[in-house]
Amino acid sequence: MSFLRFAARRLAEMAATLVGASFVIFGAMYLAPGSPASFLLAGRSASPEALAAVNAQYHLDEPFLLQYLRWAGQILHGDFGRSITYRTDVSRLLADRLPATLLLVAMALVLVVTLGLLLGWIGAVRGGRTDATVLVGTTVAVGTPAFVAAVLLQGLFAVRLGWFPTGGTGEGFGSMVWHLVLPAVALALYLTGMLARVTRAAMLDVLGQEHVTVARSRGVTEYQVIRRHVFRNALGTVLTTGGLIVSTLLVCTVLVETAFSVGGIGQLLELSTTTKDFPTVQAISLIMVGLFMAVNLIVDLLHPLVDPRITLGARKATG
Amino acid sequence: MTTLAIQAYRLHLPNTARPVLAGVDLTVEARETVALVGESGSGKSLTSRSALGLLPTGAGTEGTVRVNGDDVLTMTGDQLRALRTGTAAMIFQDPRAAINPLRRLGDFLTEGLNGRLAAGAATERAAEMLDAVGLPASVLGRYPGQLSGGMLQRVMIAGALMGDPALILADEPTTALDVSSQAEVVALLDDLQERFGTALLFVTHDLGLAAAISDRVYVMYAGRIVETGPAEALFNRPRHPYTAALLASTPRPDAPGGRLAAIEGRPPSLREALTGCPFAPRCPLATFLCTQQEPALLAVEAESARRAACHHSDRTGANDG
Repeated sequence: MSFLRFAARRLAEMAATLVGASFVIFGAMYLAPGSPASFLLAGRSASPEALAAVNAQYHLDEPFLLQYLRWAGQILHGDFGRSITYRTDVSRLLADRLPATLLLVAMALVLVVTLGLLLGWIGAVRGGRTDATVLVGTTVAVGTPAFVAAVLLQGLFAVRLGWFPTGGTGEGFGSMVWHLVLPAVALALYLTGMLARVTRAAMLDVLGQEHVTVARSRGVTEYQVIRRHVFRNALGTVLTTGGLIVSTLLVCTVLVETAFSVGGIGQLLELSTTTKDFPTVQAISLIMVGLFMAVNLIVDLLHPLVDPRITLGARKATG
Repeated sequence: MTTLAIQAYRLHLPNTARPVLAGVDLTVEARETVALVGESGSGKSLTSRSALGLLPTGAGTEGTVRVNGDDVLTMTGDQLRALRTGTAAMIFQDPRAAINPLRRLGDFLTEGLNGRLAAGAATERAAEMLDAVGLPASVLGRYPGQLSGGMLQRVMIAGALMGDPALILADEPTTALDVSSQAEVVALLDDLQERFGTALLFVTHDLGLAAAISDRVYVMYAGRIVETGPAEALFNRPRHPYTAALLASTPRPDAPGGRLAAIEGRPPSLREALTGCPFAPRCPLATFLCTQQEPALLAVEAESARRAACHHSDRTGANDG
């Protein structure tokens, strides 16, 4: 399949997914108990006139479909509406908070990829006691939920040792990185364990294949055998989990940002959900969906580079 | 100097009742083609792989395996790498499994040199070797999945030639190919062996093919050499019942009755210890002596280098057509 046809098909698919997702996200407001208007008035008893005014201001008196179309049309123009809690534009809120979340996810991703691949490599190649240690370590990592890791890290490195702040976001890039070290570690722990296990299993699988023996029989050094044949061939499997890893990172920012009071969109999602700030929840949900799709698209585009047997748009390797 | 000299070579594996190789003696002279024939599990692949120092994990060895005079079994890691990148090279059975499917064939060819040439010179040499096996230089940029099995085996052969080896070990190089590719690969090996003056150890289960390509043949059974001699003589008049049985089971259009003669029974398992001749349970000529005493590999004809390990070698092949 040509790249253009692939791109066109994927864009159409992504547009359709976004439309579907936005419909569900918008409709969820109606599935939540109570009417939107009563949430907007936050339980205060209101006169029928006040209720009517709120309904008119937020167009709640119009049919559902019309409301949805109005909302979707605004989003297409870059307008996510006004936050009920913060009384500012949602797009401003997001612009303020997105950098912290993106930096947090990027830092955690670097940790996951470097440590996960390294541990998986060492476990598969060394074997014996080293491998057993890696297995125990990754089992503990996989079994520790992010919020437990967050509390433990805060207790040890922030409260007891005082190396890092207990929470907050910090001002400026350097301070932000420093504030986000512990959150990134908490976020990365589970996924590092998972990636290490996936890498180890994939490399062990390749180690048993004949072309590895053949490479050794041709006098290729052991390090090159591992790097060019074993690790190289395990990358396809690793990349497949890569999409899952980034998606999980995004979702878990909600927990970790809340635990460390990081002012990112994860924390904002948690806050606006508890305060029923519908426009904000809807905007963040939609952005999450968009990010998921972008990550999956990147993984699909990278696959043919890692495995020449895979062509764009084909599901299975041929031959 | 003898290119490959294997002497009194024994190889044990953990959890087996008998040695996998029980005293193998085999030589390949410079520029000579020697065939090593036997059923699956006879130890022929292990023997040829030993010449590169490729031993299964946990293997224990006795005896010597010398390539150009140096004992492979006592080599250090660096010496082994030098042997594998220069002196000796192997062609494997299934090129699809033997070549990494994710890397370009140019990388496969040049990596066997392990940095002995600069990148440009290595690529040039790779193109030369591809030309020698009848493939265009454009193959350098291709992936294994883009070539047929026969073409891929040619790439494998070109890869073996990269280091200008004195010895090529071919481990059933035609078994995984279709018939026309088989003939091409055999003809190519024969041609290249002449041209580059390498010694060739050709491992196969096909006695007919062995006779066609080689100067001398070794027949292996249960980790032992049971018969050896010049290809033609051995083919025309086998002196070991196992060789005779192998010949009889080779499909031939002129076979009497048009039926294949399968060898009764199966080769002994590694889990049982052996007494007497290992072939005795399947042998039509076996006597009480055969079950008690293992026959030594002895000369059977004074005038030629023929040897057989059989108590009844004078009775074998007498009535074979």
